[in-house]
Amino acid sequence: MPTVFIPAQLKSLTGGVSQVEMEADNVRQVIEQLDQQFPGIRDRLCDGDDLARTLQVAVDSSMGSRGLRTQVGDAREVHFLPVIGGGS
Amino acid sequence: MSSGNGNYRVLGTRPRRHDGAEKVTGSAIYGNDVQLPGVLTGFVLRSPHPHARIKSIDTSEAEATEGVFAVISGKDFPEVEDKVADLGEGSVNLSYLSGNVMAKDKVLYKGHAVAAVAAVNIHIAEEAASKIHIDYEVLPSVTWVLDAMAEDAPLLHENLCTDHMGEKDEKPSNTAVHMHFEKGNIEEGFAAADVIVEREFKTATVHQGYIEPHVSVADWTTSGRLKIWTATQGAFTARQQTAEILQIPISDVVVTPCEIGGGFGGKIAVYVEPVTALLSKKSGRPVKISMTRAGVFEGTGPTPASFMRVKIGATSDGKLVAGEAWLAYDAGAYPGGMIGPGCMCVFSCYDIEHAVVDGYDVCLNKPHTQAYRAPGATQVAFACEQVLDEIAEQLEICKLEIRQLNAAKEGMRRVDGPVYPRIGLVECLDAVAQSDHWNSPLEGENRGRGIAAGFWFGCGLKSSVSASVNHDGTINLTEGSPDIGGTRTSIAMQLAEVLGIDTFDVVPQVADTDSVGYTDVTGGSRVTFATGLAAYEAGLDLQQQMVGRAAGLWECSADEISVVEGEFKGPDKSASFKDLAQELFKDGEPLVARASVAPDCATNGFAVHIADVEVDPETGKVTILRYTAIQDAGKAIHPSYVEGQMQGGAVQGIGWALNEEYFFNDNDTMDNASFLDYRMPTILDVPMIDTIIVEAANPEHPYGVRGVGEPPIVPPPAAIANAISEATSTRFFELPMSPPKVWKGLSETS
Repeated sequence: MPTVFIPAQLKSLTGGVSQVEMEADNVRQVIEQLDQQFPGIRDRLCDGDDLARTLQVAVDSSMGSRGLRTQVGDAREVHFLPVIGGGS
Repeated sequence: MSSGNGNYRVLGTRPRRHDGAEKVTGSAIYGNDVQLPGVLTGFVLRSPHPHARIKSIDTSEAEATEGVFAVISGKDFPEVEDKVADLGEGSVNLSYLSGNVMAKDKVLYKGHAVAAVAAVNIHIAEEAASKIHIDYEVLPSVTWVLDAMAEDAPLLHENLCTDHMGEKDEKPSNTAVHMHFEKGNIEEGFAAADVIVEREFKTATVHQGYIEPHVSVADWTTSGRLKIWTATQGAFTARQQTAEILQIPISDVVVTPCEIGGGFGGKIAVYVEPVTALLSKKSGRPVKISMTRAGVFEGTGPTPASFMRVKIGATSDGKLVAGEAWLAYDAGAYPGGMIGPGCMCVFSCYDIEHAVVDGYDVCLNKPHTQAYRAPGATQVAFACEQVLDEIAEQLEICKLEIRQLNAAKEGMRRVDGPVYPRIGLVECLDAVAQSDHWNSPLEGENRGRGIAAGFWFGCGLKSSVSASVNHDGTINLTEGSPDIGGTRTSIAMQLAEVLGIDTFDVVPQVADTDSVGYTDVTGGSRVTFATGLAAYEAGLDLQQQMVGRAAGLWECSADEISVVEGEFKGPDKSASFKDLAQELFKDGEPLVARASVAPDCATNGFAVHIADVEVDPETGKVTILRYTAIQDAGKAIHPSYVEGQMQGGAVQGIGWALNEEYFFNDNDTMDNASFLDYRMPTILDVPMIDTIIVEAANPEHPYGVRGVGEPPIVPPPAAIANAISEATSTRFFELPMSPPKVWKGLSETS
């Protein structure tokens, strides 16, 4: 069961709660459950029906681009992070 | 996924690069070499003002000039909705992107494109551009990040309100984004500290300084297809951006990535591609634009200047217990700078239990910033590594030992949340301890030695390749990653390793966007890792196909055939890859494999640099006496290319440390937009950069590969600042540490 880490800037919506454990298969389900517990959090994490374009999801130590479809079923941790640009 | 640094036939060797002869003899085709029949020359007219409203543009006199075929300005570009497009690595607001390519209502920096001309030659194009009459209402401007954050600062975007992770302020501001990260309890952390050091730092705007200016050739054909030849780090992202700006289907655009004379992050966004496209459409002829160097400095994206305040606390035995950072990075004219990775990297090298980081992305009247090798990380390393050095000095602890004591390792949680998998910082620091450089005394007056560490994520993203086996068992490998640092060969080597053939049995080519599957940019230190992974997967696919086909040929079951070091072994027959490929070609369909990958992982690269300097107290000039770059490559596929990246990154970092900066005058315009006045290091300024490759295998790659292109630019300014401090007993908190600043600093100290 993954632990979802609440971004520090959203803790005002969770009453200071910084981590939530939940059963979920993907990030879409994570956000839906978060929004049920902490109304309004979905609007802070999503643009319409997508993950906010300024964000990416880190599942354990992996950071990917699959947005709400990112699988989390076997994960230990889920984080919401800013997207990163690079320039090698 | 398994990983390791086993014994390999091909990996770890140093074959010559496939494209080497063409590049050293000048026959390689760069964008400016592309010549199409009837091609016109384009010229971009740029704003002389850093901030002004465009009241009117009159192009009639320019259009009437003999030899002119087309003139365009902002009104010729379609309106683009305020929508964010995913560019693979990072994202971009298309409205901002379009406005940056060609200003519409306002110019936001000196050099902002306002119109363009296509003519029979550059002289007529420039003359016609001089006849374009623009009525500007000049507005107040701002070019320093803290000034731009002030309440009374001139606003660049009237509707921009600060975003706090999805919640926006009501009042407009130049601060586009505020980020905040927390770990542990910061008050508790500082309460436990015996020593606390807090300092403020400034860094200047610097440019990637690629030798080849931006260039684009566009041919909007009569059939409606738009063909573009350009210097880009990502043909597919160039295609997407151009199509989105021009509001045409992506499939109508084909982008051919020419050879590229450096990018370092600066050739991901498009500038002249949509301009040449529209000029071609309007003129009915192909159009080429080659930027001038001044155009590159003033019209393309440098890396952010910054203001940083960093505070670190440690116990008396040197254990870091608390870190606090307040970072303001300039984004240039449009939101979307490098503050995110800056925040995520500031404490990424060290295990600090309690930390808080605040970051601000700030718009001001400079070119919109772009990535530059580990974007945002060099600035924060300059700050963090100096504060760490001061803590070591106060506690009288060896500066290497305090880094070893606190080094990030597997299982450590970063301030932004994720926990590191297997990483190699400890091994890099151990390599420092064992190095000849660290163990050699440095003697003489005004000399000092500094070290610093740096981190960059490295990413996976999407890559595609196809491999076609020829009659003779050689392979043509088609890939979509523009080759900047020898990646044709490092990718081919991974395919050769899988198949048990030689590097030169694989001939790689970088294809246009019609000829290979989608591939993200050459950036994020990702190509040898991710496109190499695609080549590996394609190799496995070929092997599997050949086992199945060999079973028919050898009249046995596929299960009875094994592949050992590239040799196919059946019950009573065996064959090398090349021999079997030749046999199979006679016996049925051609052998072709393809692979597309999108690995969701960071490759987590660390570097540690050692710098010896001598400071001339009379002039403030800093001479680099000796320099060693140590880096974890996971597995060095082609060690020479890894060393080349380490050396190149170090030299760019040395330039950033000692000389490079945009000089803005009182009118907020750049005074040094040429290589005569923008002081990059030359061969006379740097010693041989020694390299030590560490190999702590990346568990996410079958050969253990990590990205190597970006980490080496992170430590240099910090390592050099620490060396200068040791040499002079004076700390410098502002980049560049150029002779006037060092002289002034030393004068004030004395």
